Amino acid sequence: MKRLIKECVKGITKENPTFGLILGLCPTLAVSTSVINAVGMGLAATFVLICSNTIISALRHVIPDRIRLPAYIVVVATFVTICEMLMKAYAPALNAALGIFVPLIVVNCIILARAEAFASKNPVLPSFFDGLGMGIGFTLALALIALVRELLGAGSVAGFTLAVHAEPITMMILSPGALLTLGILIALSNMIKSAFAARKTKP
Amino acid sequence: MPMKNNILLLSSPHLHTVESVRKIMWAVGLSLLPAGIAGVYLFGMSAFWILTAGIISALVTEAAIQGLTRKKISLCDGSAFLTGLLLAYNLPPDIPLWLPVLGSFFAIAIGKQIFGGLGQNIFNPALIGRVFLMASWPKYMTTFTKPLAYDAITQATPLALLKEHKLIEHISYLDLFLGKRGGCIGEVCIAALLAGALFLLVKGYISWHIPFSYILTVGLLTYVFGPNGIAGGDWLFHILSGGLILGAFFMATDYVTSPLTHKGQLIFGIGCGLITAVIRLWGGYPEGVSYAILIMNAATPIIDRYTKNRIYGT
Repeated sequence: MKRLIKECVKGITKENPTFGLILGLCPTLAVSTSVINAVGMGLAATFVLICSNTIISALRHVIPDRIRLPAYIVVVATFVTICEMLMKAYAPALNAALGIFVPLIVVNCIILARAEAFASKNPVLPSFFDGLGMGIGFTLALALIALVRELLGAGSVAGFTLAVHAEPITMMILSPGALLTLGILIALSNMIKSAFAARKTKP
Repeated sequence: MPMKNNILLLSSPHLHTVESVRKIMWAVGLSLLPAGIAGVYLFGMSAFWILTAGIISALVTEAAIQGLTRKKISLCDGSAFLTGLLLAYNLPPDIPLWLPVLGSFFAIAIGKQIFGGLGQNIFNPALIGRVFLMASWPKYMTTFTKPLAYDAITQATPLALLKEHKLIEHISYLDLFLGKRGGCIGEVCIAALLAGALFLLVKGYISWHIPFSYILTVGLLTYVFGPNGIAGGDWLFHILSGGLILGAFFMATDYVTSPLTHKGQLIFGIGCGLITAVIRLWGGYPEGVSYAILIMNAATPIIDRYTKNRIYGT
C-alpha cells in the first residue's frame, strides 16, 4: 500500500509531468488561458492516463515488443475517443473551448511516456496509481499556470471577474505569457527542489 | 610551482583603455539628451513625466532584483538608467504613467536580470519593455498626440497614415526632420538624434556599420518597392519617419545584443533593414523597427559564429 501511495505522490511532486519531466508542453501552453479550460484539459488527460496505464499494464505480456508503440497508440486513441464523445455530450462548451487539443491528447507525450516507462514494466495496480498521480500532477500544474495567466491577463479567476479596477496585462493570455509563466514557475519549482535537497544532505 | 610574489600572473588582454562600461553608458545617455529635450519641447510636460517614471522604475527594479539575489548593486554603471530612458523614448507622449513604470519593470526584470544582468541578456531590454507594452495595451501604445499643441489633440503617426492610405501631402521633409509630427517622445526629432549619433560616432563608441547598413537597406527597399510599382518609393519619408533613426543608432548598436565583428554588424544591419521594410510595406503594423531589432538580436549568436575573425597567424 505504501508503495502505491508513493507511486501516486511522485507524479504530483518530484516527477511532476510539467515542472519535473517537462512533458506535454503543447497542451500546457495552449489551453492554460483560463482555469476552467486548464482543469477540463487536465481531467480529460487524467482519465485517459489512468485507463491507458491500466489496460497497457494488463496487456503488457500480450503486446509483442516490436509493435508496442502502435499498440499503445491504439489503446490511448480508444480512450481519447470515449473522452471526446463524453465531453461533446455533457460539456459541449468546454469541448468547443479546448477544440483540437482534445483529440490531440492521443499524442500527448505524458501518456505515451508513462505507458513506455512505467505501465509496460509494472503490474496493474501500481500502473493505475502512477496514472492517477501523473494525472493529478498535470492537472494541478495546468491549473496553477492558468491561474497566474488568467489573473494577470484577464483580471479574473475561473471566470469570475475581480472587482479590482485595473487594466489586465493582455500579453499574459497570449502565447508569450504562456512561455513566460511556465519558465518562471519551472524556475521556482527548481528552487524549491534544490532547497529540499540542501536540507536533506544537511545532517 | 615556485613563484615570486612580485610577479603578477594575469590572463589576456593585457592592454586596457581608459574606457569603461560606466563611461560609455553615460556618454550614450548624454548623446540622447538633445532628443529628449526636443521631445519635451514638442509634447510638453507629460513627456517629461513619462521619461522620469521610466527611468526611476528601471533604477528601482534593478536595485531591488540585485538586492534580492544578493548581487552587487550596480546602478552607477548607467545601464539601467539607459534602459529606462530608451524605453520612455519609445512611448507615445501622452499615456498614463503606470505604463512606463510597468514597461521599465518588465524590461529590467524579464529583459535583463532574469538572464543574469548586464552582458548576459539576449535581447535589447528597452525593446522587450516596449513590445511587452505594445502586446498588452495596444490602445494606449497607438494613441499619439499632435506636437506643439498642449491640449493633447490626438494625431496618427505619418507611417500609420501611410498604412491606412490616408497620408496627406503636407508633411514636409523639414517637418519630419525637425520632429513636427505625431510619434514617440524620443523618435520624432531627427535633427537632435543625428547630433547625438554624430557625437557617438566621433568618439568611437559606435561604429558606422550597423546604423548605415540598416538605414541604407530600408531606404533602398522602400525606394524599389514603392507604391506605384518598381522604383519610385518615397525613401526619404521612410527614413525620416518612425523610429528608424533612434533604433538604428541607439538600439541596434547595443554592445551586448549585436554582433562583435564588422562583417557581422553589416549582416545584422541589413537583416534589421530587411525586416523593418517588410513590416512597413507589407505587414500589419505601420512600424517595425522594434520587432526587426529584436528578431536580429535572436540571430546575433549565429551571426557571431559564422563571422568569427581568423586568428592571427593561422
